[in-house]
Amino acid sequence: MSESNDNEVNKMVDHLFRHESGKMVAVLTRVFGFSNIEQAEDIVQDTIIRALESWKFGKLPDNPQAWLYRTAKNKAIDILRREKVKHKIVNDIAPLLKSEYTLGFKMNEMFTENEIRDSELRMMFACCHPSISHEAQVSLILKTLCGLSVKEIGNAFLTNEETIQKRLYRTKEKIKTDHISLDYPGADAMQARTYAVLKALYLLFNEGYNSSHPQKLIREDLCEEAMRLAILLTENPKTSYPHAYALLALMCYHASRFAARLDDKGFIVLLQDQNRIQWNKFLISKGNEYLNKASEGETIHDYHIEAAIASAHANAPNYSETNWNLILLLYNTLLSRTQNPVVQINRCLVLGEVEGHEKAISELEQIKGFTENCYYNTSLGEMWMRLSKKEKAKPYFQKALTLTSSNAEIELIRRKLLACN
Amino acid sequence: MEKFIFLYRGKDGGHGGLSPDDMQKHMEKWQAWMGGLAKQGIMGDSQPLKPTGKQVSGTKKVITDGPFIEAKEMVGGFTVVNAKDINEAIEIAKGCPIFEVDGKLEVRPIQKMEM
Repeated sequence: MSESNDNEVNKMVDHLFRHESGKMVAVLTRVFGFSNIEQAEDIVQDTIIRALESWKFGKLPDNPQAWLYRTAKNKAIDILRREKVKHKIVNDIAPLLKSEYTLGFKMNEMFTENEIRDSELRMMFACCHPSISHEAQVSLILKTLCGLSVKEIGNAFLTNEETIQKRLYRTKEKIKTDHISLDYPGADAMQARTYAVLKALYLLFNEGYNSSHPQKLIREDLCEEAMRLAILLTENPKTSYPHAYALLALMCYHASRFAARLDDKGFIVLLQDQNRIQWNKFLISKGNEYLNKASEGETIHDYHIEAAIASAHANAPNYSETNWNLILLLYNTLLSRTQNPVVQINRCLVLGEVEGHEKAISELEQIKGFTENCYYNTSLGEMWMRLSKKEKAKPYFQKALTLTSSNAEIELIRRKLLACN
Repeated sequence: MEKFIFLYRGKDGGHGGLSPDDMQKHMEKWQAWMGGLAKQGIMGDSQPLKPTGKQVSGTKKVITDGPFIEAKEMVGGFTVVNAKDINEAIEIAKGCPIFEVDGKLEVRPIQKMEM
């Protein structure tokens, strides 16, 4: 086998391992219980090592997914037969896992598509239990459902392995001491928990979309995972709330701009300069479809408004023909519900398009306590540039330069500074 | 709540005259039935038995080969079930697919030993 072929196989296997390990951990955690999650992770780890050993020098099996499931399932069955393990299993399917009549059959069933999805959903809900912090929720989702290693998670959050390791350890201890189970929350708590899940997916997506991470691939992976899990939510009647559709629509609109956001050197391209031909039409149409479904309910969530804003951008033929009045209206609505400073800054930029850039500057100056923020300073600089007041813009860009560590952002601000001279 | 043991009697597997398809359907019914017991939270330990074994008997501990009685009387497995009383246990037992192949189900209350 040539080296390039070999790499192809490795790539395919990587992808397969990442996706399937998330599913297998979800299923096996459903089997062994949330507090025995390490048992599930160990079995999956062993399965993947065995696959690597058996496949490395030979041929891939015809159906690698089925091979992985069968191996993991058989390992789990061996372990489930141990008396020591049996008493640890206390979930609703425990009697079926302890009986030789039903053990094999039940385990086969657990690896069918419907049950895998159910396990993933349960896992998502359990990871977002109110006693687990938002940060830990996202890390846990990435570890258990998305098949990312501790190192990759650390990488994604621009922190080290040790920090993530500690965070996950503490979370797993919490799961044990608080007896957090994989049962769906009761009908009264379901909606609140779904909000928490959506919030975690929103954070996960933003981590991928907005992070200043130098590696593009990692960021796209995070967005892709957030979207995959959001789709899972919308496909299940228990959790297909309108605001889940709204969030999914928002993600589709944002993701549609992935290719256009960076130039071929990896530098940031701002919205007004993006080549709209590069926007992904399929994702925009999916966004429209989901936003349509999101409007079926009675209640409005921030995600609805954010998705509507993203929709106005995504469906505009070009920058100048954007429906700025509508977008401003949507920002005003959003601000009446939340006092998020980033939303305030964004609203001011839109105000600049509708009522002129002087107006935008005066409103930006009224935002308090944000002068040490990079985005705040570049926004003010940009507004002054639009008025061709280079000498006014320059200090803001100079200040912004000291407030970011992202290479892509530094390069963008440098370019702006050059234009000021 | 009382504990009962359900003893399944009758030849396991080769239910004369059943096609492979029928056998599969029959097996799935067993799975569904036990799934139902588990869902109601009334199912305890439940295990099938091999049709072979040894018998140790008498003061001399004589060892003989099993099976020991004719096929339709042989115990093929057991399930521990929680029920209010014998009547409820019987009602539960009536749902067992064993009757579709003319088998028998023996409902036996577990005796609490007085110390």
